[in-house]
Amino acid sequence: MNALVEFFRPHLMPLIYALIVVAVLPLIAGYIVLLERKIMADMQARLGPMRVGPHGLLQPIADAVKLLIKEDIIPEKADRWIFWLAPLLSVTAGMLALAAFSFGPGFQIADLNIGLLFILGISSMGIFGIVLGGWASNSHYSLLGALRSSAQLVSYETAAGMAVVAGLLLAGTLSTRRIVEIQAEQGTWFFLLAPIAFFTYLVASIAETNRAPFDLPEAESELVAGYMTEYSGFRWALYFLAEYTNMVVVASVATTLFLGGWLRPFPNVAWLSFFDYIPPLLMLLLAGYSFYRTPRQPTKVQQAFLVAVGLLCLLLGVVLFLPMLPLTFGGIEAPSLKPAIHGGFWFLFKVFVYMYVFMWLRFTVPRYRFDQLMKLGWHFLIPVSIVNVMGIGIALVLHREAGWSLGAALVLTTLLTLAAAAYLAVVGGRQESAVVGGVNG
Amino acid sequence: MSDTRSSSFPNVETTVLGADEIILNMGPQHPSTHGVLRVKLKLDGEKVVASECIIGYLHRGVEKIAEHRSYQQFAPYVDRMDYVAAVSNGLGYCEAVEKLMGAEAPPRARVIRTILTELQRIASHLLWLGTHALDIGALTPVFYCFREREEILKIFEKYCGARLTTHAFRIGGLQYEAYDGMEQDVRRFCDDFATKIDEYEQLLTENRIWVGRTKGVGILTAEDAIAIGATGPVIRASGVKWDIRKAMPYAAYDQYQFEIPTGQSGDTYDRYLVRMEEMRQSRLICLQAIENIPSGPIMARIGKVLKPPPGEVYHSIEAPKGELGYYIVSDGTVQPYRVRIRPPSFINLQAFDRMVRGHLVADVVAIIGTLDIVLGEVDR
Repeated sequence: MNALVEFFRPHLMPLIYALIVVAVLPLIAGYIVLLERKIMADMQARLGPMRVGPHGLLQPIADAVKLLIKEDIIPEKADRWIFWLAPLLSVTAGMLALAAFSFGPGFQIADLNIGLLFILGISSMGIFGIVLGGWASNSHYSLLGALRSSAQLVSYETAAGMAVVAGLLLAGTLSTRRIVEIQAEQGTWFFLLAPIAFFTYLVASIAETNRAPFDLPEAESELVAGYMTEYSGFRWALYFLAEYTNMVVVASVATTLFLGGWLRPFPNVAWLSFFDYIPPLLMLLLAGYSFYRTPRQPTKVQQAFLVAVGLLCLLLGVVLFLPMLPLTFGGIEAPSLKPAIHGGFWFLFKVFVYMYVFMWLRFTVPRYRFDQLMKLGWHFLIPVSIVNVMGIGIALVLHREAGWSLGAALVLTTLLTLAAAAYLAVVGGRQESAVVGGVNG
Repeated sequence: MSDTRSSSFPNVETTVLGADEIILNMGPQHPSTHGVLRVKLKLDGEKVVASECIIGYLHRGVEKIAEHRSYQQFAPYVDRMDYVAAVSNGLGYCEAVEKLMGAEAPPRARVIRTILTELQRIASHLLWLGTHALDIGALTPVFYCFREREEILKIFEKYCGARLTTHAFRIGGLQYEAYDGMEQDVRRFCDDFATKIDEYEQLLTENRIWVGRTKGVGILTAEDAIAIGATGPVIRASGVKWDIRKAMPYAAYDQYQFEIPTGQSGDTYDRYLVRMEEMRQSRLICLQAIENIPSGPIMARIGKVLKPPPGEVYHSIEAPKGELGYYIVSDGTVQPYRVRIRPPSFINLQAFDRMVRGHLVADVVAIIGTLDIVLGEVDR
């Protein structure tokens, strides 16, 4: 018996973390959808979901229940097995990629030494789900959606990969935990050292997750729903979950690599340590607001629900606040909990900020056309990211071999890369204006 | 149908499907075919090789119904053709019957008609702008457009009690006097609307993606536009300065100053710019008209039973989508012998095939949107 316990002991915490991730992720995805709808409504001068629960807070749960009990339709001429398998593949790939992330110091399912490589590899497996689903549906819309999706992913994976390489050059390791620790040691986030890499990754990651303005595979006005056209009910929900999981994955990659992972802003500046009080205070404020709004809810149920939300926020606030106090519980010193809990907060916070940019873009700009998307990828983003990788490599050599200061070398290469990008944009624009008018011929 | 086409425009059905080609059926149920238009596309990859529009899913026999209704009874039916611009439809019909009878609406009625029709033009263009932007993937403008359209519909509702199928006008003039405060309502709307148009333009006009998606897409040359009989913003964007409000003034348009915006290249971007400018001009017409509404009766003395003398008449107006014409034959009874309607959407839709050829699937929805068709009018 003892031997069994000893055998499982090292796997206990990863197992708990994995359960947390798998259990919480669909909920988070649901609430990201609600958040997105609320942000969209705000930008479009309306209220968004308001019916289910106070301010529509129960909408994701209602949606999930609705999707679960919907009739499950498989088209007669579809390839049943692949049709069944495809959404699972997409979700699995997305969830598996989350295994290697380090959400806080010690809060990690598996600290792989090839962490980032694993994440990139696994998350790009998700495309199989889309392609197979589009193929198995036996519908032209699905097929076109799947084709677009695969072409898009192949193109933008390259640019995203190059941007990640730029970050990795600075970090010198693939382990997600080490990458963040190195950013803590250097005192800056890599976003400041390699801004161009960050922005190329931002654009490429939007394209990779099929989000607007690159949402061609599911362009509603053109392909109805693209590869998801024939899907319904829970299978459709799985695709949806996969899309949002992938968003979380790419946002987590960007957070880890460029935005300092679980570190609070300016981690090494001592007088800014009052930042540590922000998470608990934010939660307490939210709780206070919920209680303040409770009497104004129209029905008893909504009042009760808002009280529950307030209590949850209060609890979270207390949990986040406890580590600040010099307490000891049993053998564990409370301050040792602080980095893990606060790290988790800052990590999620950055992920949300990153995804907010996704949403902001989605509601602001129109959609690219397929050829324009390809042109942007191959003629602009990939060359710029390659030049950027070379530039950062040269800067590092100058820093390490020739004794330049890292900042000066990086500023120089960043400016050079920007010049290259400007040149590409001008040349591309000239080609574009030559093409226009000849299209119809 | 295939024999009417020249050999350079092969029918989807009659051409042989190549090895890499598929036929894609868009509609009649599709998010962006604006109703029940069905488009058969022959695709090589994503490129459109041939196309065919199939219409008739919303056919209600409006012209035949006219033969079994009295002249007044038929007036509400025309609202159901271009249901997003019902006021304009009604104006065309009422004026056509007046012309047939040799009657004329009093000046006050004509000015109020002009104001409401121009507001309707703005409302129709706003709906077009919102849905067109939505087709191209801009999710937000549609809500801003509907916000302003709502103000116009409120004015309609206050005026005649209906918002969409208004039946605002009567043969011989108006049934309802302008309500108290209508002038202020219209003026307030016009004052606010100037900045609102700038707001839409900020989102789209210089947006790189928007320009990329619309410039050079769906080019219709002036010769082609004239040959197929295109009217409205579609022909004006191709550079032909043709507007019935100027060419054959009706209602009270001869009293007001306004410009006819034209484009040069006849592409989707030009059509967008033309319609944006038209909204500004309509706003100016409203402001001029509201300044000076003549007093007097609102209804001509035409009697309760309309029996136009035997004969025929063609009268057309500049509806938001182009020339809306009514050809009415009277046999001297209370019912028209025949009513033939010239719907602008139907004629403009003819340009579709030559506009989409060689473009990508994404451009197809942009071109459907830029033609600004309403299927209720195409099918009648």
